[in-house]
Amino acid sequence: MSDTVIDPVADDDGGDPVAGDALVDLLNGFIVELREAGLPVSLTEHLDAMEAVRFIPLDDRSAFKYALAATLVKNHAHWRAFETVFEVYFSLRGAEYAIDPDAELAELPEDVESGDARDGAGQAPANAGSGEALTPEELAQMLYQALLQGDDAMMRAMARQAVRRYAGMEPGRPVGGTYYLYRTMRNLDLDGMLEQMMQQSREDAPEPLTPLEERLEHDEYENRINQFKQEVEAEIRRRLVADRGVEAMAKTLRKPLPEDIDFMHASRKEMISLRKALQPLTRRLAVRLARKRRHGRKGPLDFRNTVRHSLSYGGVPAEPKFRYPRPAKPEIFVIADISGSVAAFARFTLHLVHAIASQFSRVRSFVFIDGIDEVTRFFEGTEDIVEAVHRVNTEADVVWVDGHSDYGHAFEVFWQKWGTEVGPKTTVIILGDARNNYHASQSWVIKEIRHRARHVYWLNPEPRAYWDTGDSIVGEYGVHCDGTFECRNLRQLEGFVDHLV
Amino acid sequence: MTSDALPEHDPRFDSVDAVRDRLRSVDYLSDEGIAGIVYLADRLGKPILVEGPAGTGKTQLAKSVAEITGARLIRLQCYEGLDESKALYEWNYKKQLLRIQASRNEADSASWDDIEDDIFSDEFLLTRPLLEAIRAEDPVVLLIDEVDRVEVETEALLLEILSDYQVSIPELGTITARQIPLVFLTSNNTRELSEALKRRCLYLHVDYPDMEREKEIVLTKVPGVSETLADEIARIVRSIRQLELKKSPSVSETIDWARTLVLLGVDHVDTETAVATTNILLKYQSDIAKATKELTAEPAGVKRPGAPGAPAR
Repeated sequence: MSDTVIDPVADDDGGDPVAGDALVDLLNGFIVELREAGLPVSLTEHLDAMEAVRFIPLDDRSAFKYALAATLVKNHAHWRAFETVFEVYFSLRGAEYAIDPDAELAELPEDVESGDARDGAGQAPANAGSGEALTPEELAQMLYQALLQGDDAMMRAMARQAVRRYAGMEPGRPVGGTYYLYRTMRNLDLDGMLEQMMQQSREDAPEPLTPLEERLEHDEYENRINQFKQEVEAEIRRRLVADRGVEAMAKTLRKPLPEDIDFMHASRKEMISLRKALQPLTRRLAVRLARKRRHGRKGPLDFRNTVRHSLSYGGVPAEPKFRYPRPAKPEIFVIADISGSVAAFARFTLHLVHAIASQFSRVRSFVFIDGIDEVTRFFEGTEDIVEAVHRVNTEADVVWVDGHSDYGHAFEVFWQKWGTEVGPKTTVIILGDARNNYHASQSWVIKEIRHRARHVYWLNPEPRAYWDTGDSIVGEYGVHCDGTFECRNLRQLEGFVDHLV
Repeated sequence: MTSDALPEHDPRFDSVDAVRDRLRSVDYLSDEGIAGIVYLADRLGKPILVEGPAGTGKTQLAKSVAEITGARLIRLQCYEGLDESKALYEWNYKKQLLRIQASRNEADSASWDDIEDDIFSDEFLLTRPLLEAIRAEDPVVLLIDEVDRVEVETEALLLEILSDYQVSIPELGTITARQIPLVFLTSNNTRELSEALKRRCLYLHVDYPDMEREKEIVLTKVPGVSETLADEIARIVRSIRQLELKKSPSVSETIDWARTLVLLGVDHVDTETAVATTNILLKYQSDIAKATKELTAEPAGVKRPGAPGAPAR
């Protein structure tokens, strides 16, 4: 099987596996797809990858993968995207991944094929049926055993069986993998199995488990179940690729990089990867901003200091001295709409601004839907910003009448309560899509704020093309702001914060 | 491709597995990615940019590779404000000055040209780590540590070395490496490195090890630890890493913790011991509080909020 692992053309049976041209073509297609997915792959890196695979034994799939990754992916955040493309492009290559059912059966580990369903531990009774012959209960039982023992080969085989049996994949049907994943998972009661396994280990233990032990067992099983789910996903993907071809699949599976994920349309999974991306981003931003502040040596000439130093050069001012610049730290007021449609965006921005709060003299945050509330108190005295943002979303008093966005009323109340505290050092940042549900805009408030404040910026998470359509009145507010920015993803948000300081 | 112009060298490693085995022999447990990329770097003659969370053995990797290849480790610690004279080379001004004064006392035999040639020669050159690595006759491993700490402009200093293994000194000409050193750059990712730098390197992300590997690391690094204790330690650390913390425990902290437990004579970690010693694993009060809460909580049917490992329905 070794020589077909990256057989460059899947349906070209046999042939010369290392046929130079075919490999070049395959890599070309692969790299084009990486670029489509948003990874910046330069020509040099492309050449490096070609060079690198020459030194890798082609039958070693994971070495091949790492060689490509090392030369093509230079940012860890892009790893996931790379992995997806890699799986699509190289998933069919290798006998152990054959789609053909006969080959598959031959590949099933011995103890799976012939193993007794009620005792998956590996004895081999006469019942040497193929995987097809198992009843659903037996299958579930075998999966349970595999999970309980953490048997990787068995889990892979089970994943394959489960997909074949439950996913009901129809050739040519243009649905994404998630649909099949859902159908497969629905038939396997994994949560129930987790419970069952916990029960099992409680019984097996000589004495009752302590909470710590219980937790560790729980994590261990959870980990295995996740691993199993990944196997299932990979299996579905392989089958889809076999059915529809590499290019089509790569296109369907193409996902935006974390920094390009749209705040407003992020799925739950994407939210998690966004949150992960936010942490290093804030750290990076804080370091960069602090550095900028220290290194901006463009202060005016310090005459006295220059003259003093000129004494050592016999009165010649050979070494001009400059005043150390002390740029004023702005005071930030964040006013955020946290109604459903833009909540995620507000959350990220609040998180980001508070994480780099040390770069500002003061940060105050206000959130509103149709009522407005100051939430600075949640961030004070806690190190845990995630927790604080969570409290903002649950505890802030932001509903006035019906819980539909009313920018006009919120601004009015803001002006009454806190308007006088806006001063010439204040930068006001307003977050929201300005979808006002046809209430009065009260844009005079923004105008007044702008008179008092240093800057007023509006960040809108909607694409610019949608502005001022329907009940969006961002234009009406925008005329009174120093700038309106489209802020749909982390990249744009980062850009704005950079600009702010 | 510049590799044609580079001096030929014998590959240091025969295969990926050889790298892994030899690293293991000096107590560095690599995974497939690490070993594979070290192997490739040797074959391609390219530097490795190692990124990852603090305390995952990035620097140790360079040290271990130096050890197994029997090479001298030359280390350049980067910091803000690092410049050419600290990283590359510097002229020994004092000695040059002495030389000029000495020639003044002699009869005016030496012409200005002679002196100039003389004072800009090898004798007056102070080599700094980068130049030293290039000029070394013996095998060397160059470690450029925490490269993300230098400013973007300073990064440019490294480019010539990394791609062509040479240093240009205006007064002396270009000095080319006699042999290609293995170069490791480490970064804690406090800022995005420039494209130019990344392009010249192989990229290696070293993450926290998986449970099995961590257990092995504990077993090799901590004398006197029992198999079961190591297993428990690795499992607890994995659980803690799943929480959303300010700073997850690093491998070195795991090892410290294991050492502490061994010193305390613990052979089985129960909840009290774990809670009492979490301050070795975690360095922020809020993290410790969170971990304590999680470790002592009754886990019956828990769905921890935000834990990425939680199974979705």
